[in-house]
Amino acid sequence: AMEDVSAKFVSQKISRTRWRPLPAAALQPPDLFATGSWDNEDNRISIWSAGDLGNAGLNGEYHGEPHLLCDIQHNGDVMDMQFLDQERIVVASSTGTVTIFRHHQNNQTLSANHRWEKAHYHVDQDTSCGGAACTGVVCSNPEIVTVGEDGRINLFRADQKDAVRTIDNADSSTLHAVTFLRTTEILTVNSIGQLKIWDLRQQRNEPSQIFSLAGDRVPLHCVDRHPNQQHIVATGGQDGMLSIWDIRQGTMPVSLLNAHEAEMWEVHFHPSDPDHLFTCSEDGSLWHWDTSTNVSEKPSFLHQGGRSTAYLSHSTINQSVVSAWLSNDPTKDRMEITNLIPNQTLSVNSLDVLGPCLVYGTDAEAIYVNRQLFA
Amino acid sequence: MDTVPSQVVPGADPSARQLCFAWGPAEVLVCETLFGRAGGSRSRCLSQSPSPSRFWGEGRAGAAARALTGSVAGTGEGALSSSRVFVVRRDQDIYIQTLRKLFNESHGIFMGLQRSEEELAGKSRKAQLVQVSKNYRSVIRACMEDMHQAAVSTRDPALQGQYSTQVSILSAMELIWNLCEILFVEAAAAGPLLLRLLDWVRLHVCDVDSMVREVLSSESPSKHKLFWNVVDVFVLQGRMDEARHLLSKEASANPTSMNMYKILDDLMKKMPVPSLGNTQTLTELELKWQHWHEECQRYLQDGTFASNPHMESICKILLGDEDAILEKKELMTTWYHFLVTRLLYSHPTVKPLELRFYAQSSMDLFLGGESSPEPLDMILMAAFEFEMHQVIKECSIVLSNWWFVAHLTDLLDHCKLLQSHNLYFGSNMREFLLLEYASGLFSHHSLWQLGVDYFDYCPEYGRVYLELHIERIPLSTEQKALKVLRICEQRQMHEQVRSICKIMAMKALRNNRLGSALSWSIRAKDAAFATLISDRFLKDYCERGCFSDLDLIDNLGPSMLLSDRLTFLGKYREFHRLYGEKRFPEAARLLLTLMTAHIAPCSFWMTLLTDALPLLEQKEVIFSAEQTYELMRCLEDLTAGNPDKQKFQDDDVETTKVEMLRLALARNLARVIVKEGTVEGS
Repeated sequence: AMEDVSAKFVSQKISRTRWRPLPAAALQPPDLFATGSWDNEDNRISIWSAGDLGNAGLNGEYHGEPHLLCDIQHNGDVMDMQFLDQERIVVASSTGTVTIFRHHQNNQTLSANHRWEKAHYHVDQDTSCGGAACTGVVCSNPEIVTVGEDGRINLFRADQKDAVRTIDNADSSTLHAVTFLRTTEILTVNSIGQLKIWDLRQQRNEPSQIFSLAGDRVPLHCVDRHPNQQHIVATGGQDGMLSIWDIRQGTMPVSLLNAHEAEMWEVHFHPSDPDHLFTCSEDGSLWHWDTSTNVSEKPSFLHQGGRSTAYLSHSTINQSVVSAWLSNDPTKDRMEITNLIPNQTLSVNSLDVLGPCLVYGTDAEAIYVNRQLFA
Repeated sequence: MDTVPSQVVPGADPSARQLCFAWGPAEVLVCETLFGRAGGSRSRCLSQSPSPSRFWGEGRAGAAARALTGSVAGTGEGALSSSRVFVVRRDQDIYIQTLRKLFNESHGIFMGLQRSEEELAGKSRKAQLVQVSKNYRSVIRACMEDMHQAAVSTRDPALQGQYSTQVSILSAMELIWNLCEILFVEAAAAGPLLLRLLDWVRLHVCDVDSMVREVLSSESPSKHKLFWNVVDVFVLQGRMDEARHLLSKEASANPTSMNMYKILDDLMKKMPVPSLGNTQTLTELELKWQHWHEECQRYLQDGTFASNPHMESICKILLGDEDAILEKKELMTTWYHFLVTRLLYSHPTVKPLELRFYAQSSMDLFLGGESSPEPLDMILMAAFEFEMHQVIKECSIVLSNWWFVAHLTDLLDHCKLLQSHNLYFGSNMREFLLLEYASGLFSHHSLWQLGVDYFDYCPEYGRVYLELHIERIPLSTEQKALKVLRICEQRQMHEQVRSICKIMAMKALRNNRLGSALSWSIRAKDAAFATLISDRFLKDYCERGCFSDLDLIDNLGPSMLLSDRLTFLGKYREFHRLYGEKRFPEAARLLLTLMTAHIAPCSFWMTLLTDALPLLEQKEVIFSAEQTYELMRCLEDLTAGNPDKQKFQDDDVETTKVEMLRLALARNLARVIVKEGTVEGS
């Protein structure tokens, strides 16, 4: 319900919002999130407290509203961002630099922990202006994979100074996003409508598989993998279309779902309840895709915390529910789609879901937190 | 130039040096030239010179060049005055960080208003517009609170001063807006009008709030030295219940004068007030009020309150005694509070159009010739006089932002109050102000996105402005370029779409990112550029003997049809794939088609024919007799018909190649005749 959403205008355009992951045994909903800004003269990484639910009004005026804990200046637009662990955030910059920031929780400060200058670059890494935007980052502690406008893929380790592996010219077009498929395999999407699998164990500098949109090669902007069924992959394109791929078969998407009217900037399966999927777009909308509606006995793991409990649901999840994503016409009877922002006008650049909580950020310089997503 | 300056650029001294200007979309660059005042006659030259434009042009270019270096040097301390460049912005408030909240949040309200259906008629439409007005005000107030918070929490006195100034500007903006809302948007009628004005005064005269708090929170309010002041404040603002509540405390402490208190309390209780509903007519109210007034008069005349000057003065106030009210000048602080108090106790059924008389006389009485009215007073006065255009004009001059006038004017326009007022330059005032505001947004590093929607709702010039402004947005990343592109595509701004894609494609090409370059030209359907990129691919191939970016070329799909050259590139790559897969007959057929169907550019035929060589040399015969003839014709066309024939003859390598081809073709023809003859014969 809309009344559970709290908003805050933050005087900077938000390019990324990310919940801090919860510790393995946590029962409480997430409470802290990070944001990154873009297109400012002075861009920032900020850590916010989501605000107390239930304790509204106790500590005065700011009941329920997110409030700033600390922030730090960031060189260039924040293109992508991910938590490495509870304290560290990896940030991709439009300058091509990749930085790990550490959030010191005892004194609420942020500091740059490690930096790979110009991890992405055009022509020559050493020239003063050769940086190429790093467009995507994904981490699985201690490994960090980044992709960029230079078509390069970098594999870093949080504790190593130099890249573990670099694939130069991995893609002749811009790589827009990256995610892990399995521990050693990654998925990338690019600006000519391709989805590629890369096996980082292999020394060949070529993808192990290429999937492609039929017809017009509409650029793909985001990618996410089903948390339990690893062969199910969702991507979002420039035309706002949501594509579901089964990477076990074929080279084309299983289904194409009409969604937004402009670029889909992010797509996320709910980490612990993957019947739910969330997408946001340049057209100012944020959609909730729900395939669970048809199931009478709906297992609920939503309040059990974060990504760490995803495994738990795997064994019990109803096979027919999962394959709802793969059915030929998922809109027919199994999917319920809700736009969570009816009157927005400017782009929703980013969203993140964890437990019962949703956070998103916009070009209208506002961040929104919904703490009762499934209420 | 000889007009009185309306804005002074601090630091720029026109008396010492010549100044020159460069006009930008949202700002003016002012810099000092090297011409000293001694050569000041040159400025006269300007108008007398036979070719002033040339002179001015050179002078400006030279100065601009210096200004550029100057601005770099100027960042250091103590730069020479001649090397300074001043940036004069037309909307300086755009750059205040805290106000970005105002710009963003009000953008949403603005959009809601533009989209709101005008089909709602009469009351519900008015209610809708009043709500919009209230929403705008609540954003101003929220911003004010943030700014106040910032002022309180900062330790830097300079910053604190800045914030406080902003708070007072925002507060004045809200004050004006609120009055406009009552008078123009809601257009409150006699009766409710007074109630609205009372609310307005209560909301905005906060100077006395701290005093009220202090007295009310003291242990025994009635003993407090400011007790009667607070009672007066309540009475002056028409807050009767609060005044009575305080008085009852004093009464219980003075049993001897209990009767007097009771009478005053009764008078205050009985005071007739206009109602918001339709429960009583104005005539009924006036009648009741007349009775009550006479009752007050009686008590004053028979000296009921003579023993207590405080209560006597309150009674005089209730009677609308101007002198008695004016005595409380310090408690009212402003002339418009005086006006509303005066109306409350003498003309509670004042009609909107009568306001101007009372307003003018209230201001004169209150200021009493001691001080002259300030800009804010003039604006409020214009509002009371229902001079909407005057209000907007004055606000435009006084405020350092376009936000206020642009949004207020737009709202008033939606109330259909501003029609028939076209300005001399062709568009109306609403549009003019929106254009100014949006141009300011576009001059800002980040707020430009908001400006787009404002331009959309300027029917006359919005499109042109958007086209001019959008081209100046720096395309720092592909992501940003995509956002700008989306804006242009949604508005069918084809020229801008092409130009953005071209810029991005050029950038990609410079960085050797052929794939990206191609996808940008595909997006713009720019065939010429796709051809250029295809040529780059082919050139690379000719130089290196292998294709780069196979992932792209192998997956061109329908985009291959964008340009002939791209089609050729795709097909040529297909030939190589077929050849690599040893599907020779298919490869041969494709190769030949590329030439005979004129898909391949002539300049590439030699390469294609050379590619045919290994096929001609295969053990098995691949080209049929007919195909071989065609190949031969291609070769002859190329060597004979080619105007560059000279080149071939001069070039030994080329000549050898042609000879080799001829030989291979002849041998193939021989083999195929034998083979075809054998097949036919058998």
